[in-house]
Amino acid sequence: MPTISDLQSNTARQNVEDAIKKAKENDDYHALLSITEKRALERADAVDSGEVTGRLAGIPFVVKDNYLAYGAPTTAAARILENFNAPLQATAVEKLEAEGAICIGKANLDAFAHGGSTENSAFGPTKNAIDPTKVAGGSSGGSAVVTALDIVPFALGSDTGGSIRQPASFNGVYGIKPTYGMVSRYGVVAMASSTDVMGCFTKTVEDAELVMSVMAGRDEKDMTTLADYFHSTEAEGTYKIGVVKETLTNDVDESVRKVTNEYVQKLKQAGHTVEEVSLPLVKFSLAMYYIIVPAEVSSNLARYDGVRFGRRAENVKTLAELYGRSRDEGFVTENKRRIMIGSYVLSSGYFDAYYLKAQKARTLLIQQFDELFKQYDFLLTPTAPTPAFGMGENVEDPIKMYLSDAMTVPANLTGMPAMSIPAGVSPDGLPIGVQLVAPRKDDAKMLAFAKSVGGVV
Amino acid sequence: MADYEMTIGIECHVQLATKTKLFSPADNDARDAAPNSKTHPIDFGLPGMLPILNKEAVNLAIKAGKALNAKVANVSRFDRKHYFYPDLPNGYQITQMYMPTILSGSVEVPLENDSSMTVRIHHAHIEADAGKLTHYADYSLVDLNRAGTPLIEIVSEPDMHSPAEARAYATELYRLMTFAGITHGDLYHGNMRFDVNLSVAKKGSEELGTRTETKNLNSFRSVEKAAEYEFKRQVALLEKGERVVQETRGWDDAKGKTSSQRSKEDAQDYRYMPDADIPPIVLTDQQIADIHADLPKLPPQYRKEWGDLGVDKSVINSILANQQYAELVSAVLASGGKKAAKRVANWIASSLNIDDMSDETKNADVADLLALCEMTEKSEITSNAASELFNDLMSGATDPRKLAEERNLLQVSDEGAVAAIVDEVLADPASQKAIEDIKAGNDKAIGFLVGQIMKKSQGKANPAMAQKMIRERL
Repeated sequence: MPTISDLQSNTARQNVEDAIKKAKENDDYHALLSITEKRALERADAVDSGEVTGRLAGIPFVVKDNYLAYGAPTTAAARILENFNAPLQATAVEKLEAEGAICIGKANLDAFAHGGSTENSAFGPTKNAIDPTKVAGGSSGGSAVVTALDIVPFALGSDTGGSIRQPASFNGVYGIKPTYGMVSRYGVVAMASSTDVMGCFTKTVEDAELVMSVMAGRDEKDMTTLADYFHSTEAEGTYKIGVVKETLTNDVDESVRKVTNEYVQKLKQAGHTVEEVSLPLVKFSLAMYYIIVPAEVSSNLARYDGVRFGRRAENVKTLAELYGRSRDEGFVTENKRRIMIGSYVLSSGYFDAYYLKAQKARTLLIQQFDELFKQYDFLLTPTAPTPAFGMGENVEDPIKMYLSDAMTVPANLTGMPAMSIPAGVSPDGLPIGVQLVAPRKDDAKMLAFAKSVGGVV
Repeated sequence: MADYEMTIGIECHVQLATKTKLFSPADNDARDAAPNSKTHPIDFGLPGMLPILNKEAVNLAIKAGKALNAKVANVSRFDRKHYFYPDLPNGYQITQMYMPTILSGSVEVPLENDSSMTVRIHHAHIEADAGKLTHYADYSLVDLNRAGTPLIEIVSEPDMHSPAEARAYATELYRLMTFAGITHGDLYHGNMRFDVNLSVAKKGSEELGTRTETKNLNSFRSVEKAAEYEFKRQVALLEKGERVVQETRGWDDAKGKTSSQRSKEDAQDYRYMPDADIPPIVLTDQQIADIHADLPKLPPQYRKEWGDLGVDKSVINSILANQQYAELVSAVLASGGKKAAKRVANWIASSLNIDDMSDETKNADVADLLALCEMTEKSEITSNAASELFNDLMSGATDPRKLAEERNLLQVSDEGAVAAIVDEVLADPASQKAIEDIKAGNDKAIGFLVGQIMKKSQGKANPAMAQKMIRERL
């Protein structure tokens, strides 16, 4: 398991060549949509010549293909962007490159990050790194799998409702979702503006701390970014952790409950205080999420119209036909479903009943979390109700698919940092993660705590 | 017609005079630029782009609030208005539907007959303009130079009841917005565009009629003409027993007619929602006051300041078409007093083509103007000569006395010289009839004699002195 520090003694070219070789060997997983070999090797040579230096000099990484990045099209795994070559790079990518990191490829995702399995990719699903008959999770499935397969020591994902944490859990790696506004969203294909955050997958907490410290910070190009505050730290003494009882009901897979309880025991043995707590509104968070997020999705996807960039339907005669056919051919079913739901809840006459009510409930949910955080340093839940499910198992049942986000969406609705920690395996050997949630801006403290407890990678 | 009354409300889009666009660093001045040359990836709505709110635009909106006597909101916010059209790159316009920056206010509008009226302002919101489409036989071209240009839309209450009132309101808004520095006010390039909402009802009726909205009027005259036309059109419909359809109409300036563009049945559901990419604008009262303190003098203050100059209100309003002239009159008032200010005001109103916006900016040195006032006051020059010299000073000339000497415009006030001409004229046989008339009590005839004296002196004799001498001699 090569970590960032393991690779730092190699030449950049060796790291990049190794990563690309391994990526090609694991082509069957379909974790990558493109390999940016030419540009990666050029950048490796720039690092080796001393032209580019930094804290991540010569370290290869992968970005989810909704980050605008050079070297290959930025497709968001959707047909409508299949030929879109970005004229600029996401702030997060720019910051990593400024520290010498080298992007070697772009990872598969559910089209426009809509989904929890990567089966919604217009270019085919990604297979689970541990059991290829299972899904990779999603939407950042490709990024989780390349990390789990040790192709690269870290990969970037985006998390709107659990899209980093759930695939991290399914593939047995760390997945970090920072506080809303800690990392710039500039240059990442927007899904839901009020919940999107940019984070990473790693094999160790130390690597996550390094990557997040590079990506974090105020960006003038994203007005919602917070003033710089992230500084890696170490855990001190013992902490108080609340286990959210609503996330450990009988609906949750037995193996998941078992792993979570084992992790609780581990915390207790380390001297931490662990208590059961209640967050009654958590059970409504999926309902809030599936109103607010589709509303924002329907708005953010309005720009994909085939007029200025991306794929345009051929042989159209009218403007309406150009829009209709370009969007019909360019989006996958799940994109259309969310656009329809979002348009519906924003329609005049329904806005108050759905969107505004959901936003009010969201405020109450935030208050409930804030109240608990007066007494607890962190909250603990399983990351997902089940281990990775089978390919195709939930495709016909969107509600069942949505339920796999039930434990992760509250952190997005509240803007709080959260992470998935690989904590154990199911009887079938499938990885299972637990989720830590911390108060806003306690990202560094959360990582330090997870580092002190350790995981099962 | 006489049985009907019209009710008018006006929405006015004002293009803000910022260097860059509302949400992108692209140049905001796209006049005569090649299509799509004044754009940034943000204006193109590329994936992953986020709006960056232009602080200068917000400051200008706050200033506009003061000019509109309006309360500026301590918390305001942006919303998205969704519709699909190729001139709208994001598929939504960023505007302020729910929490606008400028709340209710009022504008005191001067009218022709020296009276005035109050038009209440409902609110004014900040929004981004769309781009422009040019249509050809079987295709259309998109130009996004204007996309993202910052606007404020000022929404009035339906307080106007005649085309003249509508025109007067539009004109006063123009004065307020240009004086406050909100906009360059280039009407030709659409810096201010007016939408006239008009309905008619029988006089005395409690209920308003169905309204139409005539959009995109870009001159005061077209506001007035469109209102006149719509009034007649709607009354004619009602008289025929037909009904007015609620719709958007366009204005054809050449034909002087409005025509239907879109009826309410086609109205879109804009699916407004808060824009999560832009944090709310939060302003303390102190911040608002600080920005308001930066405002220059506005037309209502000038009117107050010039209230007892003794010039016509029409003269004042024509000077207020140009901020620089207003500043000049005030500067003259400050250093030369009321009499001088009145002279300069009248010179400006009578001898400059104020409405000609393409005219190069004219200005004069205040000390020179005061010297000119003094020469006129002392009758050293005729009023025609004063006008001529005023124009020269405004075009860059200096030292009016030297100019007058060079051009031989100074009047002869030397008593001996004038007396010689007076005696010569009185001795002229052609003057005898006038002399008899004067002696018979017809005093008007003295003007003829003065005229003869002026002619003989080639306009240089001091006419007051000449008149006095004639009386002494008769």
